[in-house]
Amino acid sequence: MALLDVQDLTVEFGPEASPFKAVDGVSFAVDAGEVVGIVGESGSGKSVTALALMGLVDAPGRVRASRLAFDGRDVLAMRERERRAMLGRDIAMIFQDPMSSLNPCFTVEHQLAETLRIHEGGSRRALRARALELLRAVEIPDAERRLEAYPHQLSGGMSQRVMVAMAIACNPRLLIADEPTTALDVTIQAQMLALLLKLQRERGMGMVLITHDLGVVAEVARRVMVMYAGQVVETAPVPDIFAAPHHPYTEALLAALPEHNIGRRRLRSMPGVVPGALDRPSGCLLAPRCAYAQPRCVAQRPALDGVEGAQVRCFFPLRSRAVETTR
Amino acid sequence: MTDATLAALPPSPWVELWRDFRRNRGALIGLGIVAVLLLAALLADVIAPHPPAEQFREATLRAPSWEPVDGRRFVLGTDPVGRDVLSRLIHGTRLSLLIGLVSVGLSLSGGVLLGLVAGFFRGGIEFTIMRLMDIMLALPSLLLAVAVVAILGPGLMNAMYAIAIVMLPHFVRLTRAAVIGELAKDYVAASRIAGASTPRLMFDTVLPNCAAPLIVQATLGFSTAILDAAALGFLGLGAQPPTPEWGSMLASALEFIQSAWWVVTLPGLAILVAVLAFNLMGDGLRDALDPKLKR
Repeated sequence: MALLDVQDLTVEFGPEASPFKAVDGVSFAVDAGEVVGIVGESGSGKSVTALALMGLVDAPGRVRASRLAFDGRDVLAMRERERRAMLGRDIAMIFQDPMSSLNPCFTVEHQLAETLRIHEGGSRRALRARALELLRAVEIPDAERRLEAYPHQLSGGMSQRVMVAMAIACNPRLLIADEPTTALDVTIQAQMLALLLKLQRERGMGMVLITHDLGVVAEVARRVMVMYAGQVVETAPVPDIFAAPHHPYTEALLAALPEHNIGRRRLRSMPGVVPGALDRPSGCLLAPRCAYAQPRCVAQRPALDGVEGAQVRCFFPLRSRAVETTR
Repeated sequence: MTDATLAALPPSPWVELWRDFRRNRGALIGLGIVAVLLLAALLADVIAPHPPAEQFREATLRAPSWEPVDGRRFVLGTDPVGRDVLSRLIHGTRLSLLIGLVSVGLSLSGGVLLGLVAGFFRGGIEFTIMRLMDIMLALPSLLLAVAVVAILGPGLMNAMYAIAIVMLPHFVRLTRAAVIGELAKDYVAASRIAGASTPRLMFDTVLPNCAAPLIVQATLGFSTAILDAAALGFLGLGAQPPTPEWGSMLASALEFIQSAWWVVTLPGLAILVAVLAFNLMGDGLRDALDPKLKR
């Protein structure tokens, strides 16, 4: 049984009659010990998906799902208190901006101890020892002294490590990492990924890795879900999706990677931006930007369909072949 | 240095605050005067040369002078009924600081509570609270205070309530604005994920981060409170005679402004100095606490 099972997750904002769907019918599952990547450009609904999973979408946002289950228990039907107890202990989350995700008023020790205290309790001494152990687990140098540090005294990478320490404090079974490396230097990014992966393997956690960086996903994830404008446009196992993308959007994302543009003077990019609330096409959401768009794409909206072991939302999915270098 | 292995941790926040505060000379002067006022208030019984209400009938309206008369010295002169002005001013310090403390305390706690609620529960509750505050702000503050005292009845305690009510909207708005700013930050979401309940989020997670502007406003509120209390006392709505309150001292000696300058000028000066000191200190605190003003 899957650790996390999401069916038809929808997050809506705005008026009931004509809502804006920030997340539109997203379904996926994460097994214990599995890493699933969610990829998409800004505004594609990745972060909102994560927030919805954690129950952090506030009114006026509306979250619906035909099934949202963690470890076989229905999260949507849970009482507030039950869900609070589960969050943080069984499911933890890491945020994008390490600088704002620690409380500036309290020391690292205080914040680590607080998470532990809420879910596990223990004496001051024991909490301090646990906090120290956690800081060592996330490979923070000179951990004893960092316990007394305030967030503004830490670098971005260090803050992010503390965030990870807080997230794994109660040995969660699922870790949601929302762009964990985006705000960091390239040199630190690799370290951070290695650390996350190491912790994930050691502890057998399921992990949802949200990113706009396909390179990150290639290194870490076993399965990738590509999102566009709130919808999943393609889901596929990792090596395959890089070798043979089926959706034009995935292909375009891959084509924009610097590795595929060697010898060119400019990176290939996809014209246009993700449609917002007011300019949502009635047909395929990608149609206005798609190089392969046909009249049918403008008129009808495609559904997710199985193509060669992947799920693709396209009327004219690309068949197996290497990424084209010319178009 | 034994532990100079890594770069030393930066100084504690308190040391940092003092360092920034010290740069501002005006703020230091303000702090000094506030300290003197505080001492005067605490030691009023010891340092005041005479009891504040004792009338020396043979020495009414005596001009300030160092020379003792009949073995009694009235350094700042006496008022129309022969009370020592210096003693009354010293005891008045006690009242003024008490007024500041009580009205700012009431206003701050009420304002923080309402502001937190308004910031956390957006929508109907927020709208009601904030529009109510807007209405209170639309009335001239002294007029509102007078109206409140008129309802409650004159007296020092009621004057303090009135001042607290007048200052309330400032604290509510400040708290709400700070709360809304903080709520957008990830650490609040992180705390919620960690399982914190709403009251815990309000008071433990968010409130400490809103403290800086509130501390500044509270310090400045002290001077407003002292000034308003003096105004109410002057109008006969605050402290009642023979309480040695600066505003009522001013009012009771008003008719002698031509003949005996000291009975009017000295309480006025006391008010001026106290208000100025708190304002200077508040400005200095703002400079030290506001990250936007830091170099």
